[in-house]
Amino acid sequence: MNANTRLNTQKREAQPHLYKIDFLGKRYVAVWASVILSIAALVSLSVQGLNFAIDFTGGTVVEVKFKEPANVNQIRLNLEADGFNSPMVQLFGTSRDVLIRLAPQSGVVGSDLKSRVMGILNKDATNSAEMHRIEFVGPQVGDDLVTDSGLALLYASIGILIYVALRFEYRFALGAILATLHDVVMILGFFSVLQLEFDLSVLAAVLTIMGYSLNDTIVVFDRIRENFRKLRRGDVIEVMNISINETLSRTLMTSFLTLLSVLAMAFFGGQIIHNFALALIVGIVVGTYSSIYVASALALKLGVSRADLMPPEKEGAGADNRP
Amino acid sequence: MRNRYPVWVNLLILTVLAFGIIYSLPNFYGEDPSVQLSPSRNAKIDQGIQDQIKKLLGDNGLKVKASELNDKRILVRFNDTDTQIKAEELLKSNMGDNYSVALNLAPSTPAWLRAINAKPMYLGLDLRGGVHFMLQVDMDAAVSQALDRYSEDIRTNLREGKIRYLSVDRDKSVISVKFQDAQTLAQGRDAIKKELRGLVLNVIEPELTIEARMSEPEIREKRKQALAQNIIILRNRVNELGVAEPVIQQQGEDRIVVQLPGVQDTARAKEILGATATLEFRLVDSEHAIGPDGKAPLGARVYNDRRGRPLLLQRKIIVTGDQVVDASSGLDQTSGSPAVFISLNGAGAKKMADTTKENVGKAMAVVFIENKSETKEVNGQKLTTKKKVEEVINVATIRDRFSKRFQITGLDTTEEARNLALLLRAGALAAPMDIVEERTVGPSLGKENIAQGERSFIIGFALVATVVLAYYWVFGVIAFLTLVFNMALIMAILSSFQATLTLPGIAGFTLTVGMAVDANVLIYERIKEELRNGNSPQAAIYAGFDRAFTTIFDSHITNLLAAVMLFGIGSGPVKGFAVTLTIGIITSLFTAVTCTRMMVNWIYGEKRGVKLLIGWGSK
Repeated sequence: MNANTRLNTQKREAQPHLYKIDFLGKRYVAVWASVILSIAALVSLSVQGLNFAIDFTGGTVVEVKFKEPANVNQIRLNLEADGFNSPMVQLFGTSRDVLIRLAPQSGVVGSDLKSRVMGILNKDATNSAEMHRIEFVGPQVGDDLVTDSGLALLYASIGILIYVALRFEYRFALGAILATLHDVVMILGFFSVLQLEFDLSVLAAVLTIMGYSLNDTIVVFDRIRENFRKLRRGDVIEVMNISINETLSRTLMTSFLTLLSVLAMAFFGGQIIHNFALALIVGIVVGTYSSIYVASALALKLGVSRADLMPPEKEGAGADNRP
Repeated sequence: MRNRYPVWVNLLILTVLAFGIIYSLPNFYGEDPSVQLSPSRNAKIDQGIQDQIKKLLGDNGLKVKASELNDKRILVRFNDTDTQIKAEELLKSNMGDNYSVALNLAPSTPAWLRAINAKPMYLGLDLRGGVHFMLQVDMDAAVSQALDRYSEDIRTNLREGKIRYLSVDRDKSVISVKFQDAQTLAQGRDAIKKELRGLVLNVIEPELTIEARMSEPEIREKRKQALAQNIIILRNRVNELGVAEPVIQQQGEDRIVVQLPGVQDTARAKEILGATATLEFRLVDSEHAIGPDGKAPLGARVYNDRRGRPLLLQRKIIVTGDQVVDASSGLDQTSGSPAVFISLNGAGAKKMADTTKENVGKAMAVVFIENKSETKEVNGQKLTTKKKVEEVINVATIRDRFSKRFQITGLDTTEEARNLALLLRAGALAAPMDIVEERTVGPSLGKENIAQGERSFIIGFALVATVVLAYYWVFGVIAFLTLVFNMALIMAILSSFQATLTLPGIAGFTLTVGMAVDANVLIYERIKEELRNGNSPQAAIYAGFDRAFTTIFDSHITNLLAAVMLFGIGSGPVKGFAVTLTIGIITSLFTAVTCTRMMVNWIYGEKRGVKLLIGWGSK
């Protein structure tokens, strides 16, 4: 294979421009866009926060299906009349599906509430309700989950940082992790701005996106490393541009395909995993963008140079590709 | 140059694929509505019972599809849920006393698959309906109870050693023992140190006091024991509930998750889980007889044994169940008959010794007491009544004086011995529990979730397949087949682990479709690139796979890292997602690299100068 590689390399060097799109030339536009969006997301997160589901806050959720379209306001009034404090009543997917959220009450657990709530809902005999699910989560469980989730995010970030630093170089690792955190902030911001319910499954989506977006970034970095070794001429920006262009069709194709399967989930998967799918959609779009722009731009900003990627002795796989 | 795998590599890949396909098959056969009968306590199941059931159902015009008998249960399958429910009612009213009857959905896996141990995945509660409880064990109470027992033990210990002490006081976490003089203090310290190793002693000589605390390992041990014991008790009780395939497992350090598929009556489930039970050892009153009106003479009480026969026992309790430290079943060394070995704590041992010394040759009874609360609907109102169930589970003759350790014989079978030991061990909850999470999913929602999950998966898969076929042509077909194999492999692995499939788990499948195809995309784009650079098709295939591999490997590892972190958070559903995703990432590394390569080799590997149909943009 060595003969081939050498042949190709020479061919490349003969050409003046090896890329169609000058991604890094426009990096300042991208960086500013990202900075502004990140700040907006962080502001929203600090001002109105996330609309946490009972997984995190504790409380009770009741999902019922009525025979006829339901009167949400009447249900709310009936619940309040029975002594429930500010119950949240909303339609869930269709006009017959209703979701009721009740704040945690001390000493009251789910099955005690079941008969009480179902009694209130079935007051109107002409439009009876069928219990779909009741979830009760104690406040302690929610607290523990918040801690565990925070730790999971932290450990995931550290694990990724270590792995990328080992496989590449610490500046790439920083670029990759910052790009990944950028994606996390974007998803959280999206959920905060629209006040969509943030439940355990959305958190799972966030962690999944961390892995996914990083996957995209790694593919680009892999190519940058390869090209640094292969191409003799060209400054850092040029090599990065070449690499991003070369991997572009793959990046777009994979994101498109993943997006297709996630869109199917969002549209046909039902209400319970709707927000999960939504988080994934946002994550895939932002993740694709960030692995093209943010990660490389950050690595560049942090001062990656050709010399950083030239220690070939450690890299058994890449050694024979050197010219 | 040619691209080919050695024969053994091809065979290996094909073997793995065959495994994937065969072991994923059970998931496509659906389930039979069925009723299961398992014996409660001492009833037996055998061919006779099975025939009896068949006859009973046949006489009532209920058509049985099939029935199976194994050492734990009889399973009767029906063609529809209507017959199933009628059959359950019929069996409950006829045989409910000795058997627990439960509705079940039994997988209708064909015999040849069952023969090779191929089973379908479990369906999680969100897919089949049921109730999920998370119970928090009050660990402080467990430790506090242990400390109570220790102070009792210290008293017994000092008394038995004839060491005079002034007082034994229990503070929150400290037992302080006061002595009269330095000599007894030293004696006391030695005695306690020798007998009670779980305690850390701190001697305060000027005050003639020993402060005893439980050591850290001992506290940890007590917590572990409390949790383990509560799990055993819950398991016993759930068995009594007659639930098919319940899940009872530890979650974290002090929580227990109980999942009861198919159960909708959460109130009853909670009553049974929360019931408190205990044991009492009493002497049989052999001097008096039960009066003609069924009344007991003074100082005695009438009890019933398990067959409903009345028995007269003394009012005085020798020992209660919470003084039983351990119980195990086995065989009596001299006679070889089944026996239960019991250990009592210090206080219990002393009382037992005193009683048995004076009553050799007399009979002693073990009474099982359970406090159940039952909710009944009276005139539309729900009334909760507390019910105390007391029954004599065993009567044995005292042969000799005994104290701390003794055995109960006179049991009919080893099965009975095992049950008794279990009841003795699991008689009472080791520590109180609170329900901290409760989720009920109605059966209709479960069905809806399955339908929506399947639909979104199929649509997602179809979309991805269409695009891949349109974009990569022949290589697209290969990618499509690879995806199918990958899905089969994930399903086969999940099935052989008997993992639980949840709605997020299905989402994991759908997501894996998109992520798994990424490896194919990476390889194909690389091959295209090599072709564009003027390489021969064979060289392009070789280089495409070769160069893409490190990238695929790196990207899979990072995905894996994130997926593994998902295990760390939350329970049930999210774990299901994490499991599917993790397995999907690992299998896709295998299928994308090896299966794709094998198929590409077959189609193109042997030919020179062939044109690769790899889609747009290639020459």
